[in-house]
Amino acid sequence: MFKAQVLVAHRIALALFFAALFALAAVNMQWDWIPDYAAKILQGLAKTIVLLISTSIAGFILCIPIALAQVCGPKPLAWLAHKFCTIIRGTPLLLQIWLLYYGLGSIFPYVPGLREAWIWPYLIDPWPYAFVALTLSFAGYEGETMRGAFAGVAKGELEAGHALGMHPFTILRRIWLPRAIQRVLPTLNGELILQLKATPLVATIAVVDTYAIFARIRQETYIIYEPLLLLALTYLLLAGLITLLCKYFEAKSRARLSS
Amino acid sequence: MLNYRDMSVADLLALAPPGWGGVLLDGLWLSLQVAGAGYIIGLLIGGSGALLKISGGPLTRDLLTCYTTLVRSIPELVLILLIYFAGPVALNQLLSALGLPKIEISPLVAGITVIALVQGAYITEVVRGAIEAIPVGHIEAARSLGMRPFTIFRRITLPELLPTALPGLSNLWLIATKDTALLAVVGFSELTLVARQAAATTKHHLLFLCAAGLLYLIVSVISNWLFRRLENRVNRGQSHV
Amino acid sequence: MKFKKLLLATTASLMLLSTAASADITRIGIATEPYPPFSVPDAAGNYNGWEIEIANAVCAAAKLECEIVASAWDGIIPSLKAEKIDVIAASLSVTAARLKVIDFSNKYYQTGAALIGAANSSIAPTAAGVGGKTIGIQSASIHQAYAAKHFPDASIREYQSQDEANQDLFAGRIDATLADVLTLDAFLASEEGQACCKLLGIAKNDVEILGEGIGFGLRKGNDELKAKLNAAIDQIRSDGTYAKISAKYFDFNIYGD
Repeated sequence: MFKAQVLVAHRIALALFFAALFALAAVNMQWDWIPDYAAKILQGLAKTIVLLISTSIAGFILCIPIALAQVCGPKPLAWLAHKFCTIIRGTPLLLQIWLLYYGLGSIFPYVPGLREAWIWPYLIDPWPYAFVALTLSFAGYEGETMRGAFAGVAKGELEAGHALGMHPFTILRRIWLPRAIQRVLPTLNGELILQLKATPLVATIAVVDTYAIFARIRQETYIIYEPLLLLALTYLLLAGLITLLCKYFEAKSRARLSS
Repeated sequence: MLNYRDMSVADLLALAPPGWGGVLLDGLWLSLQVAGAGYIIGLLIGGSGALLKISGGPLTRDLLTCYTTLVRSIPELVLILLIYFAGPVALNQLLSALGLPKIEISPLVAGITVIALVQGAYITEVVRGAIEAIPVGHIEAARSLGMRPFTIFRRITLPELLPTALPGLSNLWLIATKDTALLAVVGFSELTLVARQAAATTKHHLLFLCAAGLLYLIVSVISNWLFRRLENRVNRGQSHV
Repeated sequence: MKFKKLLLATTASLMLLSTAASADITRIGIATEPYPPFSVPDAAGNYNGWEIEIANAVCAAAKLECEIVASAWDGIIPSLKAEKIDVIAASLSVTAARLKVIDFSNKYYQTGAALIGAANSSIAPTAAGVGGKTIGIQSASIHQAYAAKHFPDASIREYQSQDEANQDLFAGRIDATLADVLTLDAFLASEEGQACCKLLGIAKNDVEILGEGIGFGLRKGNDELKAKLNAAIDQIRSDGTYAKISAKYFDFNIYGD
C-alpha cells in the first residue's frame, strides 16, 4: 500500500516536471512557423506512414519465401537466401539506398532505348527506389527472424498435418505459417519501430517525407532547434502509436486463442 | 582536373592518390573508432542502466524507462542532428552557468556520444532481460554461502548472463558499425561519406558504393565470427537442451 | 554511487577527447559535397579549388591561422551558429534572409543563376518555360528560394548537393537544374555535361533572393574578424593574388565589379 503511494507521488512529480519543461519550451522557444508549414508537415507525415506501412507489408510477404528457402529449400536457393540476408544486414541502409539510386542512375545513360521503355517513368521517380530499398531491408531482417520461427515450430504439428494426408502446401498455409507468424508477433512491434526509424533516410534521395519537410523548415526559417524538437516528438508519437496498435492486436489475437 | 573516367579499377582503388583506396580505408578506420568507442561506452551505460533498472528506486527506474523509450523511438538520424547541433550549445550554456570554460565538441566526440547513447539504451534492455533470466535461487545460494556481492557478480551473475545476452550484444555491435554511416549526414568523414565523395568526384558511382558495401560486409562477417567464438566460449559448461 | 562514478569517468574521458576551444585558430567551414570548380575533394583527403585557394590567401593576408573544416552543406549555417566553425567559405550568397541570422564579410565574388537541361531541350528559365517540368535544385540554396518564388508551376526536386542534381540530370531523371552559372559551366565542360546537357539560359536577376555577391559568413557580433577579412579581401584584390588564383580557373572577371 505504502509502496503504491510512493510510486504515485514520484510519478506525479515526474509528470509535473515534464509538463513544466514542455510549457517552458512552448513559451520560450520560437514556434510561430508551425501554422505556415502545418499542411506540408501533414503531407510529409502521410508519406512517411504510407512508406512505413507499404514497405512493412511488402517486406513481410517477401521474407516468407526467403525464410522458407533457408529452412527447407534446395541448397543453391538456401545459399542465395542466406547471402541476401547477410548482405542486407551487413551493410548500412543509407549505403544501400544510395547504391540503388545513384549507382543505378549512373549507368542509365549507357543503356540504349531505356528512355523509351515503359519502365522509364518509374525509374526517374525517387519513390520506387525508396520503396524497394526499405522493402528489401525489412525482408532481410524479418527473414532472419522468420527463419528461426519456421524452424521453431514443433515437428509434431507438421507431422500431424502430414498424417492427416494434407498437401504440403496446405500444411504450410494452415499450420506452419500461422504458427510461425504467431511466434514472431511479439517481435513485430520492435521491427516496425526500427522500420519507422529507417524511413527518414529516403530524404537523402529527394523523397519528401516528414524528415525532409523539417529539413526544409530548418533551412528556410534558419531556426535550428525547434523544428528538430518537434520532429523528434513526431517520431516519438508515431512510435507510440505503433506500440499501442501492436498491443491492441496482440491482445485481440490472444483473446481469440483463449476463447 | 584529373581524368578519372579512363582510370582502371585497380588505379581508382589504389591506396595512394590519385587512387581513393586510402581514403576509403581511412573512412573505415574512423567508422570503426566511432563504433568501437560508442559501443564500449554504451556497454558501460547499458550495464549500469540494467543494474539500476533492477535494483534502483522507483524514480531511477522510471527515468531509465524514459531514456530507453525516447532513444529507441526517435530515429538515429534525428538524434544525431539534435546532439550534433543542440548538444554542444546546451552543454556550453550549462558549463558557463557553472562558471566553467567552454569546450569544443569535435565531430568525433559528437558521433561517439550519439552511438553510445543509442547503444546504451538497447544494451540496458538486453542486459536487464539476461539478468532477469538468471534463477533467483542461484544468487540466493551464493549469498547463503557468504559470497561477497562482487564475487557473486563475477562467479554467478556474469557467467550466467553472458550466454543469454551475447546474441543481442553481437547484434547491437553490428548496428553500431552501421549507424556510423548516418554521421555522413552531418558531414563526418566516415566510410559512407568518403565513398559518396569518391563516387561523386570520379563519377564511378557503382564502383565506390560497392567497395564501401564490401568493407562493411567484411567487418560484419569478421565480427560475426568473433562473436560466435566468444559465444562458444561462454557457453562451455552450459547444458544444451 | 557506482553509476555516478561511471558517469564522471565517462564525462571526463569525453572532455579529454574534446579539445578546449582555442581562440587562436580560425576554422573555415566548407561543404563536404563537391562543388567544382570552387571546392573539390581529392583522394588525399584534402579539398582543392578556387574558393579554397582564395580562403587560404585571405587567411594569409589577414595573418590568421586557419583550419579548413568540412561539414554538410545543409547544416553549414547551424554549424556556424553552434560554433563548430568560425567562417563559412562555401559560396554563400549574401541575402536578406541570411543576414537575419548571420553576418557577412564584403563580397569576394559575384555570379548569376542559370538553368541547364538536356541537349535537345528547349526549356526557358521563366515561369512559363519550366511549367510542368521537373527542376532539380540544391536544398538550402538561394536557387531553392528563387525556384519557389519564380517557378510556381514546376515540380521541384531537392538535392543535398548540386553535384547530385547534376548527376540526376545526366541520368535523365530531371528535366533541368537551376544553380550558380559558374558551377554549372564546370559541369557542362565535364565529360558527362558535354554528353548530356547545354545551357538553357540565365535566370532573370532577383536581388532580394539571389543577393548581391558571395561573402564569407560570420557569426553576428564577430566584428573584429569581419574587419580583418574585409581588409584581407581588399589586399589580395590589390596585390594581384586574387587575379592570379582566378586566372587558373576562369577566363573572365569573377569578382563582377
